[in-house]
Amino acid sequence: MTEEKRYPKKPERVYYFGTCLIDLLYPEAGLAGMQLIQREGVEVVFPQDQTCCGQPAWNSGYRAEAIRVAQHQLDCFNEDYPIVVPSGSCAGMMRHHYPEMFKGSNDEARVTAFAGRIFELTEFLVHVLKITLEDLGSPVKVALHTSCAARREMGVATEHEALLKQLSNVEILEQSRREECCGFGGTFAVKHPTISAEMVSEKANAITATGADTLISGDCGCLMNIAGHLSYQQKQIDSCHIASFIWERTHATER
Amino acid sequence: MQQNAEFHTRVEHAIANGQIKASFRSAMDGLMAKRKAAFPDPDVLEMLRHRGAQVRANSLSKLPELLERLEKNCHKNGIQVHWAETIEEANNIVLTIMQNHQAELLIKGKSMVSEEMELNQFLEQHGIECIESDLGEYILQLAGEPPSHIVAPAIHKSRQQIAHLFNEKFPDIPYSDDVDRLTRNTREILRKKFYAARVGLSGVNFAVAETGTLCLVENEGNGRMCTTVPPVHIAVTGIEKVVEKLEHIPPLLKLLCRSATGQAITTYFNMITSPRKPGEKDGPEEIHLVLLDNGRSRIYEDDELITTLRCIRCGACMNHCPVYARIGGHAYGSTIPGPIGSILEPQKAGLDKLGDLPTASTLCGACAEVCPVQIPIPKLLNRLRYERTRNDHTGATLGQSSGRTVMEAGIWRSWSWVHSQPRLYRTTLYLITRLRKLLPQRIGPWTQVRKAPQIAPKTLHELALKEGFNDK
Repeated sequence: MTEEKRYPKKPERVYYFGTCLIDLLYPEAGLAGMQLIQREGVEVVFPQDQTCCGQPAWNSGYRAEAIRVAQHQLDCFNEDYPIVVPSGSCAGMMRHHYPEMFKGSNDEARVTAFAGRIFELTEFLVHVLKITLEDLGSPVKVALHTSCAARREMGVATEHEALLKQLSNVEILEQSRREECCGFGGTFAVKHPTISAEMVSEKANAITATGADTLISGDCGCLMNIAGHLSYQQKQIDSCHIASFIWERTHATER
Repeated sequence: MQQNAEFHTRVEHAIANGQIKASFRSAMDGLMAKRKAAFPDPDVLEMLRHRGAQVRANSLSKLPELLERLEKNCHKNGIQVHWAETIEEANNIVLTIMQNHQAELLIKGKSMVSEEMELNQFLEQHGIECIESDLGEYILQLAGEPPSHIVAPAIHKSRQQIAHLFNEKFPDIPYSDDVDRLTRNTREILRKKFYAARVGLSGVNFAVAETGTLCLVENEGNGRMCTTVPPVHIAVTGIEKVVEKLEHIPPLLKLLCRSATGQAITTYFNMITSPRKPGEKDGPEEIHLVLLDNGRSRIYEDDELITTLRCIRCGACMNHCPVYARIGGHAYGSTIPGPIGSILEPQKAGLDKLGDLPTASTLCGACAEVCPVQIPIPKLLNRLRYERTRNDHTGATLGQSSGRTVMEAGIWRSWSWVHSQPRLYRTTLYLITRLRKLLPQRIGPWTQVRKAPQIAPKTLHELALKEGFNDK
């Protein structure tokens, strides 16, 4: 978190780790991230054998089960390309927790190198690709919810905002208690549903109170949680992964 | 000590009670704002936190040696040192001192270790009256409740509730819900107790090994009264509170006060180094230091979990915790609530008793971000979740494996199996996406307040192939 982050020069090729949540629920967001990178002239490799970073089991205390899944990802992303992840949470897992998981094992050195190749999508767009965005969309008001992992573990809250600020027709409205967790927390939402419900309803209320048309997040866990509650409450507010949002507003073909 | 099953009941109860949330929310907002204002420069704050962590880690790295040095130097200063492995031993030490002085009244300053010992109940069983002299603690003693916050113990009570409580307990004093009036009334009641008590008790914030000094941070002056007015002073503390040198105190003190209440320094800061010396006009004739273990040396054994013991009890983690702000301190059912309580208390009591506490966190990291001594709380919560569900037995953690269930273990085993076999994973996701219309729209607690997530018609794996993205 406090360590100085080093970014590589713009590479020819990157790996893309799509995350399991995006795979099943938000594939268009995953694809949008890939298209944004590709548009900058970088080849995107999507290993078909990838699955999940292992975080659900790791955070539930089932370490052997998590390590087995993590081990599989190490094998899928063998070459020395940067690995871009459209989620602060999964990126945080692979960058910060993989080294802990494999500490003292035969894979330790390999995992340290692997973790160093992990980049969250928005930091990669901002610092490595130095992307410039031209907004082609109509005026819109948005609220941005940055996940706790993106903010605290990956430290990329400013990168999320920096990208949105490049979009000239997008107005960012700030919800109260912006930095507070939305109450998802993976299995927390199932193990402690009452606390989670309390947290998500306050978060959703704060977001609706801004008058935003769209809720944006860089993490599908938060999106699934907050948007799920907003539509349960029948609130008229769209929700969108930051990659989809940016791609749709800057993509110039037949609209 | 309350157990796992009751935790969920207390949570339901707390959340159903709107006043708990309202009290905690506004109080925590205030404390967060004060802390923020006390650390205007983030770089300075980071340097200070780093220093704080270093000091505490250094102390813990030579804990046995420092404790011996502390004992030796206290002894030299005329402070009598007592060792207690369990709370029973600690309680009996206090009782014996009281009995040796034929003392029937104990006047107490705020001490979380005495809460841990349940000292008041113990002494009362032996016919000794205990009076809490910290205003918040005194209110709770009248109400018969435990503290709900380690720095602001009565934070869950509104001014009106306190006014009614006083009116009920002291019908002769005219009703008032004016804070100054209530405080003045309490001061008058307590003043007499200070003079009457033969023994005063306090906690200890830091014990300095090289000088044998006991440091006590407080805002009301009651701590100074407890430690100077009665002829005997007993200080109770956990063995982890020792630091090596006097020069280690300024950074810790700075961090403690600012993190806790946003103060540059508390109204009173006491450094107690000896009883009254010949020719001195005040101070106690005897000072006793009770050093309590109660599971701390077991925590000390583990290279990772030892960081739990760095805690300087500022309460910043609870002030910033979104879960604590919703359920309040009592729901935890442990002496110390909030994030630090959720790692410390299950290690002391056992994961079989308090193992649910580490699961009651989203691992959002707000606690670790503000911790003045950089305790990696989310990492330790994760570790304790592991200790609770692992199926081998190694290490010293109490109640290991107690939370492992056949069903949960089975779910994760199948999950792991599917996610480490790519073909099986892709087939599973293919089937889920194609059968999505047939899947239930109500999924347990998730859909009690949310719509079910909408499964996509095609996976990203499929889209990537279709759009021609290379696999290698």
